[in-house]
Amino acid sequence: MSKFYVSPSPHLRSRASTRRIMLDVIIALVPAIIASCVHFGWYPLLILAVCVAVCVASEFFSRLIMKRDNTVGDLSAVVTGVLLALNLPANINPLIAAFGALAAIVVVKQMFGGLGMNFVNPALAGRIILLVSFPTAMTTWVASNFQAVDAVTSATPLAAEANTYSYLELLLGSHGGSMGETCAVALILGGVYLVIRRVISATIPLVIMGSAALTSLILGRDPLFELLSGGLLLGAVFMATDYVTSPITFWGKVIYGVGIGVLTVLIRQFANIPEGMSFAILLFNILTPLIENITAKKPFGAKKAKEGAK
Amino acid sequence: MKNSGKRSMVKPFFTKGGAKVPHRKNTAPMESVVMPAPKEVILPMQQHIGAPCKVCVNVGDEVFVGTKVGEVGGFVCAPVHSSVSGTVKKIIKVTLPAGNECDAVLIESDGKETLDPNIKPPTVETKEDFLTAVRESGLVGLGGAGFPAHVKLNVPKDKNIDTLIINCAECEPYITADYREVLENSWAILSGIYAVREILGIERAIIGIENNKPEAIKILSEIADNEKYDPEDLVTVVSLKSSYPQGAEKVLIKALTNREVPEGKLPSDVGCVVMNVASVAFLSDYLKTGIPLVKKRVTVDGSAVKNPQNVIVPLGTRISDLMEFCGGFREEPFKMLMGGPMMGIALVDDSLPVLKQNNAILAFGRKEAKLAEETACIRCGRCVSACPMNLMPTKICDAVKKGDAEEMEKFHIMNCMECGCCAFSCPAKRHIVQTIKVGKAQLRAELQKKKEGNK
Repeated sequence: MSKFYVSPSPHLRSRASTRRIMLDVIIALVPAIIASCVHFGWYPLLILAVCVAVCVASEFFSRLIMKRDNTVGDLSAVVTGVLLALNLPANINPLIAAFGALAAIVVVKQMFGGLGMNFVNPALAGRIILLVSFPTAMTTWVASNFQAVDAVTSATPLAAEANTYSYLELLLGSHGGSMGETCAVALILGGVYLVIRRVISATIPLVIMGSAALTSLILGRDPLFELLSGGLLLGAVFMATDYVTSPITFWGKVIYGVGIGVLTVLIRQFANIPEGMSFAILLFNILTPLIENITAKKPFGAKKAKEGAK
Repeated sequence: MKNSGKRSMVKPFFTKGGAKVPHRKNTAPMESVVMPAPKEVILPMQQHIGAPCKVCVNVGDEVFVGTKVGEVGGFVCAPVHSSVSGTVKKIIKVTLPAGNECDAVLIESDGKETLDPNIKPPTVETKEDFLTAVRESGLVGLGGAGFPAHVKLNVPKDKNIDTLIINCAECEPYITADYREVLENSWAILSGIYAVREILGIERAIIGIENNKPEAIKILSEIADNEKYDPEDLVTVVSLKSSYPQGAEKVLIKALTNREVPEGKLPSDVGCVVMNVASVAFLSDYLKTGIPLVKKRVTVDGSAVKNPQNVIVPLGTRISDLMEFCGGFREEPFKMLMGGPMMGIALVDDSLPVLKQNNAILAFGRKEAKLAEETACIRCGRCVSACPMNLMPTKICDAVKKGDAEEMEKFHIMNCMECGCCAFSCPAKRHIVQTIKVGKAQLRAELQKKKEGNK
């Protein structure tokens, strides 16, 4: 019998924790939540509450049914809930939102083994499931409180036949769109917070924005307009940077970012749907393991020739 | 870098990875205290990497400080000397912290600490004389690895060594033994460097110190910049950023010379010999006095220790005696470590003796020792960016869990030096380096099996 508690080294751990990381993401989303209330009233808060509650409850019960330990405490389900809500139109039926939350957690996350095992971002997949299931509800946007239009509904700048929005309007988000994606300033604020807190590296968002801007320029679209409209910023900062579904190597992140940026603009230009961000991220989520394989790091002192030989 | 006028201004080269571990060098300002001989010392025959020594005394023999009690049992081996004067009581078996068992000589001290009358400074004229003297001194790498010094210094003829690196990084939290060595024994370091240089014919010596020890950098730079003490402008002092594991051999060589030791190779393959600062200082003292390695400066610290301090302790002193000398415990010790918190070994009990390569004994209470539960990997990649060997720890872990030897090799598992940066940085508190250690053992066993199968 041992007199003392014995464990292998290291005997010291950093203070970083999964819970703290998730909390930081939630904090980073607060400006976007506030912006959505400013533009669309109090209704977004109801949707937010529904999404978070359903996500947490589905996480709790699916773990319970599968006889696994309770992981609600790591706050990852809350993050999924908030992200999903911010990706929905502000006038969405709460039941539709609840269905999306349920699908995100149960089908996309827990059925694949829970946190860390899902191969696509749950919130993103939840949104796409809703988009396919309820195409009309998911593309009918309410107008911002600050919009000088009489209409109750308003197309997103991307879907509008001609771009009538000024850059300032795009930055502040006084236009139609998913409740969390319209206000660029709030999203950038959140992104800066995450980078300062070292929760995410700036690589993925910057590469996505850079490549999207460049592609738009080549295709003759307005780069700044492309960056500030639709879900590009929300996706680049909060969805594409999801640890679980993005590459861990630096060059992997670059390839992934370029892919998403280019594909988003290509979809916007050539496809029959106004928004390309979700699908671009989804595709590159799936490609992440492959990207990681081809960008494996060269270990210290290892010979170059050995790389990728196997 | 060589022969540049302002040597203390030299900047280190870029090194990857590392972790911002807390420093907690509480014992840095305190002068080391000499501990008198305890009632009994236990001298294990295995206090180094390599073959164990053979006991060369009998029960009842009278021994003095510096009397050899363990004769070398192979080339990679360092003799063991008595650290007290007294009588050999018993030959016992001890289980070392790493889990292996070996013979040990138990000596009862007469409290007089009489020096062996046969001890005299070694005569060193040739390289062979020097290497013999180093072997007889019982010196092993005092930084923690415990590799016999005479083996390290006996560089094969086909390898051209141009740089001697003195490791004074001391990147582990809590430990200040090397720092106190610099402050209390500064001159010996320089004369030790000159002694080694004479034998190896190196062109330069670089002392690497982390920048959280400005006092030590100042003292060493002053000596190194002084023409009187460093007439040939041989020694450079380089201030390194304090980032764990700056003192790891391969990382240190990269930081100081920009050379990368190839996978599976030794520092001598890139023209370097790395010695711990305390080892060099000891060598200088030994060449002057002939007293072999019988005592060691050890940092005693941790939340459970009453009076944390550096103690110059006779080797073989029971850890329990050492703790008593430091005023006992402030709270019930829950975990005790031999070495630093990043790479040290957790002790099973405190009746074990202090060994040559020990540089710290740490004791922690329950609150500080308790580790958080392991949770799911979120693939945040912090282990990947923290790895100083540029490996992908999480991928290696997956391979180990699958038991896939081929994949372990593909991710260069053997290149891992077990520094623990990955596990330290992990927000999910996963046992990354611990799993990799298991994988390395598995792979070694598998390769061994293959080798035997081929015969």
